[in-house]
Formats: sequence, C-alpha cells, structure tokens
Amino acid sequence: MKFKLKRTYEEDLKIFQYGSELARAGVGVLFLTVLPLFAGNYWIYNLTLAGIYSIAALGLNLLAGFTGLISLGHAAFFAVGAYTVGYMTSTLHISFWLALPAAGAAAAVVGFIVGLPALRLTGIYLAIATLCFAFIIEQVILEFPEITGGVNGLILQRPSLGSWQLNSDASYYFLVLLMVMLFVWLTKNITRTPFGRALVALRDSEVAARTTGVFPAKVKSQVFALSAFYTGIAGGLFAPLVNFVSLDNFTIMLSINLIAMIIVGGLGSIQGSIYGAVFISLLTEFIRMGKDILPAFISQQVGFQGAVYGLVIMLFILFEPSGIYGRYRKIKYFCEVFPLYRKDTFRRERKFQKAQRTR
Amino acid sequence: MALLEIVNMSKRFGGLHALTDVSLAVERGQVHALIGPNGAGKTTLFNCISGLYRPDQGTIRFRGKDITRTPAHRIPKMGIARTFQNLELFRNATVLDNIMLGRYLHKTNGIFSELLFLPGVRRQEVAARGKVEAIIDFLDLQSYRDQVIAHLPFGIQKCVELARALALDPEVMLLDEPAAGLNPEEARDLCFWIEDIREAFNITIILVEHDMGVVNEVSKQVTVLDFGTVIAEGSPDEVQSHPAVIRAYLGEEDGTAPSP
Repeated sequence: MKFKLKRTYEEDLKIFQYGSELARAGVGVLFLTVLPLFAGNYWIYNLTLAGIYSIAALGLNLLAGFTGLISLGHAAFFAVGAYTVGYMTSTLHISFWLALPAAGAAAAVVGFIVGLPALRLTGIYLAIATLCFAFIIEQVILEFPEITGGVNGLILQRPSLGSWQLNSDASYYFLVLLMVMLFVWLTKNITRTPFGRALVALRDSEVAARTTGVFPAKVKSQVFALSAFYTGIAGGLFAPLVNFVSLDNFTIMLSINLIAMIIVGGLGSIQGSIYGAVFISLLTEFIRMGKDILPAFISQQVGFQGAVYGLVIMLFILFEPSGIYGRYRKIKYFCEVFPLYRKDTFRRERKFQKAQRTR
Repeated sequence: MALLEIVNMSKRFGGLHALTDVSLAVERGQVHALIGPNGAGKTTLFNCISGLYRPDQGTIRFRGKDITRTPAHRIPKMGIARTFQNLELFRNATVLDNIMLGRYLHKTNGIFSELLFLPGVRRQEVAARGKVEAIIDFLDLQSYRDQVIAHLPFGIQKCVELARALALDPEVMLLDEPAAGLNPEEARDLCFWIEDIREAFNITIILVEHDMGVVNEVSKQVTVLDFGTVIAEGSPDEVQSHPAVIRAYLGEEDGTAPSP
C-alpha cells in the first residue's frame, strides 16, 4: 500500500500526488510521442480522431458527469466549431490559429444560449431540449449556404505553422496530442478549484448548494458555455483533419457517440473521458473490420453499428457503471493490497450507483 | 437592536397556514431555541429565513437590513448559514470537499483564473484549506477527511453538515434538529460544540430541537410554535411550565385533543 506523508496543503493541490503517477503519465506521453514512428498512417489518423473526440468528451463530462446535466446536442456545438474554422480559413482566409479560439468562443456563445433552458430543466427533459436544439442548428446551417456551403459543405486546408504545412497525419497528430494535454490540464484545474466543487454540489444537492452561496443559474450557464467551448475546439480541430465540413459529420449519432464515450469511460472522471473516447473511436474501426469477418446477413444489416454501440453502453451500465476508469481503479487497488483484496471492497459503491441509475 | 428580527411573518401553502403572524427577535450572541410539536412550522420558518421560501407577509430583518426578498444564494453571504434536518450533503464528494464548499462564497477569483489555476487561486485554496482544517480539528473529523459521504454513519454526516455551515464563517447559524438521530454521547458532544461555537466563534445560534435535554442545556431563550403561531416565549423553565405549551404537547386536562 502506498502512503505519502503530506506536510503542506500545497501538496494536496498537485496534479500528480505520487511520483509513480507522474512516471506513468510521462511514459504514456512518451509512448504516444514515438508512436508515429511505428504505427501506420491509418492508425495515426484514427488516434488523432480519438484525441479530438477526447476533448469533446471532456467537455461533455464536465456537463453530464460533474454537473449532472445531460445533453444530446453536443454534435451541434461540434458543428459550430467546425463551421467556424471552415468559414474563417477557407472563405475569409484567416489563420487557423485565430480561427480555432474563435471556434471555441462561437460554440461557447451558442452553448450559453442553449444553457438558458437548462436553468429550469433536468434529466430527460433537458435531453429532449438539447436534442431539439441540435436539429435547429442543422436547419440554420442549411439556411445559410453562402457561409456554410449548405448541403455541399466547405473544403479547407490543413493549417500551417510559419512555412511548415501540417499536411502529414503525424504532424497533425502532434497538434491534437498537445491540445488534449492542454484540455486535460484545464479540466484538472476545474476539478481542484471552488468552481468544480460547485458543479458537484449542484449535481448532488441543489438546495444545499444554494444555501452555501452557489448561484445555480450562473454556474449552470457557465458550465454549459465551457462545455460547448471544449466541444467547439474539438470541432475546430476536426474540420482541417478531414479537410471537409459537411452536415453528415454532425448527426445525432455524434451526440450519442459522445454520451457513449463518457458512460463507457466513466462519468465524472477525466481519465475516463479519454479512455472512453479512444475505446469508442477504435470500436468504430473494429466494427468495420468485424464486418468483413461476420456473415453478410448480420454485417449488412442496417444499423449494425448502432446496435453494437447500444450493446456496449448497456453492458457497461449493467456491469461496470463507473466505466473503464472505475475498472482501472479496482484493478490498481487489487494490485496494491494484493493478497488482501476483498470482493466486498467496492460493494457499497456499486450498490449506490445501481440505486442512482433510476434517478 | 436584535440581530435577527422577524415581524408578523405569514406563509401559506394553499389552504394550509404554515406560519401566521410570527414575530421573533434573536439577540446577538444567544442560543435561541425553537420548539413545538411536529408540523408547527419550525422548518418553514427556517426556510423563509434562508430564502428558500418567500413569506407571504411580514419582514425579516438581519442587522437592521430587510432580507425578506433576498435570494437564497445571497443569504449565506450576508452571514446566515444553516443545516438541514434530513441532511443535504454532496453524497459523492469527500468530507473535505463538502466542507471546502463552505468556503465557496469567500473566493474572489473568476472562472478564467480558475481554469488556468493562477497563483491567486492557489493562494486562496491553501488559505481556505487552512480554515477548513481548523474546523475539522474542532469537530474531530480528522479520520474521515478523505472518505466519501455516502459511506459514513449518520452521526458523522450530521457533523459534516455542521462543519460546512461553520466554514461559511457566518454570524448566525440555523441548526435544524442537530440532535435528531444522534446517540446520547453524540448529543452531549453536540451540546459542547454549540457552546463552543457561540463562545469561540462568536456565532449566534437558532436551533430547532425536539430533545429538551439539549435545549435546556444550551439555550437561554426558547420560542414555542404551534400550528404556525408563537404560543410562548421565555427561558426553558418558563416555557415548560407554560399552560399553552403543556396543552400543545399533552392536550387538554379533560382529555380532548388540542384545538388549532
């Protein structure tokens, strides 16, 4: 069992509480850095995509996992970010490095507006409201073809850094890797400051939050805008990766994918958002591969992919509600206390989560 | 002038008159107990003070300022903290995080500095942690610091709620049945804490309590509510021998039930 004597309160604010955590994160980053040397472009491309979804999943997790506000409209924020970058770089010829923050800001503004009904709605009603909003955004995009390209979409280039064009998959992969690290850091900062505690407070007991001085309307609109900002940045990174912005990329399926990511990864956990995003993104690839192996009458079914997603989400909710991150923690704990692990250790937690499921 | 003053306050829920013309004055530095049979309107009174309910009539004045229409989230900033009868804790957070939220209203950093974790945020976090640790020491919560609320026994959870209210640095604390569900030993500890909170932290306490032992022990001034009206006021001994109070709790001597 690891035990560290902390002597100052500063030590509790560290991102890495133990040297081993820092080492593990370092090894992880190092591995991801050298990966392009070994892996083919196909996998690098897919990992880049997974990284972009990680940022969006982090944003959604802030909203759904930490604050308990479910959103089925995150595809719309993603679209706003992608179209902002698309329009600014391809039509207005503004640098990508200015367009990317603008994409986040635009999504944040839209997120703030969408967040207004969230001040009164919760649970399934909020999910419906955000879902409707996503359809509205879709229509708005089609209504302004001179900006968005309408059904034809927008074609854009990869960004360049000085004279260096990030055309190779590996170079763009590094950009996304850096962005993921930046957003993990931002999210970590939120969770260790009063704002993050206020989010959890609103989720667990709004009455108590109010009587300790949290203004729910303000904090909820802030977190909606922030979550949209994350997703907008993800969308802004997505557009140059695929060189093309069109509505087909931002359907309800994307919103559901994002929800799947945070459920599979672990609600209310930073690491979980990343694990979930990578898992679901790669699952898409595995499903595609599996289609070749499976008999045609299964693999050619309409909605085969959706069915697999649904199955995965259901299995996770039933057997591991705390997601991949929860499972990781249990395995870690098992190793730490090795011969002494009891089956009961996480029983209460599990029971509690099962009871919470119906809420 | 009284620290907290309630003048002719009424609150109705449809046809139910939860509070009718209630007036109450709490002096600074007192422990003021509020007793009465179930459904007398004690918790409604608390909810009105803490801004969760809007009274239909009357005014609440705190330090001479009208706070009747102040929204709930601004009440703690004015210096009024409260606890709940049925525990309103953040069940999935640790004891430490629960109490740390009590320091929320003392933060001065905006969301952007928090996102970037600027030095000012770090400084305030460390200062807040120092305050919270003092409270943890005061209430003997050290061994539970990093445990999640949902896994803790009821008595400890009550204690955490008290700690969170203390962390707000209030002038007045509203304690809603702090001794309910505690064993005699915990109730005795609670009496000492209430004394200490009053003396060491200089906090005025308003207390709803059914346990007369606790009330006798800690409070000098008692107000008795029944069916939403004040029926008696005075020292614990005075109110316990007051005929209206005996009638409210035990019924008429001829055996009929008390009339509203």
